[in-house]
Amino acid sequence: MQRALLAGAIIGTIAPMIGVFLVLRRLSLIADTLSHVALAGVAAGLLLQTYPLAGALVAALVGAVGIERLRTSGRVFGEAALAIFLSGGFAVAVVLISLARGFNVDLFSYLFGAITVVQPRDLWVILVLGLVVFGAVTAFSKELFAITFDEESARVQGVPVDLLNLLLTVLVAVTVVVAMRIVGILLTSALLVIPAVTALRLARSFRTTLVVAVACSLVSVLVGMMVSFYLDIAAGGAIVLTALVLFGAATLARRETASR
Amino acid sequence: MKAGSPTNGYPFVELTDICFSYGDERVLDHVTLQIRSGDFLGIIGPNGSGKTTLLRIMLGLLRPDSGHVRLFGSDLAGFRDWNRFGYVPQKAVAFESRFPASVFEVVLSGRCGRAGLGRRYGADDRAVSVQALETVGMIEYRDRLIGRLSAGQQQRVFIARALASRPDLLLLDEPTVGVDVEAQEQFYGLLRRLNRDMGTTLVLISHDIAVIAQEVTQLACLNRSLVFHGSPDEAMRSGAVERMYRAESRLVAHRH
Repeated sequence: MQRALLAGAIIGTIAPMIGVFLVLRRLSLIADTLSHVALAGVAAGLLLQTYPLAGALVAALVGAVGIERLRTSGRVFGEAALAIFLSGGFAVAVVLISLARGFNVDLFSYLFGAITVVQPRDLWVILVLGLVVFGAVTAFSKELFAITFDEESARVQGVPVDLLNLLLTVLVAVTVVVAMRIVGILLTSALLVIPAVTALRLARSFRTTLVVAVACSLVSVLVGMMVSFYLDIAAGGAIVLTALVLFGAATLARRETASR
Repeated sequence: MKAGSPTNGYPFVELTDICFSYGDERVLDHVTLQIRSGDFLGIIGPNGSGKTTLLRIMLGLLRPDSGHVRLFGSDLAGFRDWNRFGYVPQKAVAFESRFPASVFEVVLSGRCGRAGLGRRYGADDRAVSVQALETVGMIEYRDRLIGRLSAGQQQRVFIARALASRPDLLLLDEPTVGVDVEAQEQFYGLLRRLNRDMGTTLVLISHDIAVIAQEVTQLACLNRSLVFHGSPDEAMRSGAVERMYRAESRLVAHRH
C-alpha cells in the first residue's frame, strides 16, 4: 500500500506538470495517442516474456519521435498525425494480444491500473522516470513557457524550439509509461488533462496554474486510491472520477465569482 | 548589450538584393535596404507586398532565395546575437486571451534568450522586466492576467516583452491593428521616446500611411520591390507613395 501511495504521489505530481503544457498547446490527444502506442509495447513485452514497462517505454519513445517528425514535416494535417499513431499502435497491440491468445490478468492490470500490484521494481522505475520528468520540466520551465505562449517569438530569441518540442513529446511518453501502473493505459490521458483543465479555470498566473494543477492531481490520486482500496473498485476509475469532481467544483466556483 | 552600443560603423541591418518567393509567387524582388543605428524606419506597402516576409528574413525566421543578409556587421549564417533584436509580432499571432499568464510573466519571457538555457530567471531579469513595464507605463498591471487587458494595453505589454531583452533594434509588425485612437497616440508617443530619448532603432510595419509618415525618420515603400527609401517628405514630394497605391485619395486627406 505504501509503495502504491508513493507511486501515486510521483505520478500525481508529474502528470499535471506535463498536462498543462499539452492542454495549452492543444496537444491533449498526444497523451492518449502515446498510451495506445505504449499498449503495443506492453503487449509485446508480455508476449516476449520480458519486462512490459520496458516495452512500453521503447514503444512510447519511438511513437513520440515519430509523432514529432510527422508534425513538423507538415505533410499530415494537424490531428490526423495523432490518429494515425493512435490507431496504428492500438492495431499492433490487438494483433499481439491475439497472438498471446487473448487477455490475461497481467494485461488487465496494465489496461486499468493496479495499485495493489506495484512491485518494488515498478516503484524504482516510476521513481527514476518521475525524477527525470520533474527535473526536465523544472529546468526548462521558462523555455517551455515561452514556446507555449508564443513559439515564434521564442524562436526569434534563439530558444531551440524544435528540440524543446521534441523534449516535451518525449516527456509525455515517459509520463504515460509511469502513469500506466496506477491509472492504467486507458485513463492515463485523463490524469494528464483533467487537473490541468481544472487549474486553467482558476488561473491567475502561469505559476499558480501549475501549482493548482499539481494540487488537484495529487488530491485526485490520493483520494481515488483510498476510495478504491476501501470500496474495492478500480483505482484508475476512482482517481479520474475524483479529478472530474474537482473540475466540476472549479467550474461552479468560477461561475459564482463571475456572477457576483 | 545596451541600446546604442558601438557597431564599428556597420549598419545594423544590411539587406542586399533579397529575393523570396512563396512557391511560384515572387514576394520580394531584389530588395536592397540598410537600417542604421538610431533610424526610425517605417515600412509601408499594400497587402501581399512582402513587408512581413522582409521582417521575417531579418529575424532569421526565413531564408531568402537569393541575396545577402548582414546583421550588426556579421553574416546571417554566423549570427547568434538574436537578443539585439526585439520583436513585437502582429497581434493575432498564436495568442489566446484566456492564456494563463500574468503581465509580468509575459514580459519576463522576453528575457528567455538572455537568461541562458536551463537556468532560472534571476533578480536582474526581474529588474529589467520591471523597468520595461515602467517604460511602457504598464507597471500597475503586472499581476493582471494578460487576457484581461484591452488591445492597446496588451500591445504595450508585448512591447515591454520585446524591450526586456534590451534590444538595439525593435521590430514592430502592424502594431496598431485593433487599437483605439487614443491608445495609438500613447503608442506613438512611446515610440518617439524610445527612439529619441533612449536611442533605440525602430522598424515599424504599418498600413496606416498617413500616421506613420508623420512619425518616422525614414520611410520605405515596398511592393515586392523597394519602390522608395528616404525621408517621408521626399516620399510625399516624389509621389512615390501615391504611385505605389495607385491613387489612394484617403492618403491626401490625412495630411496635416
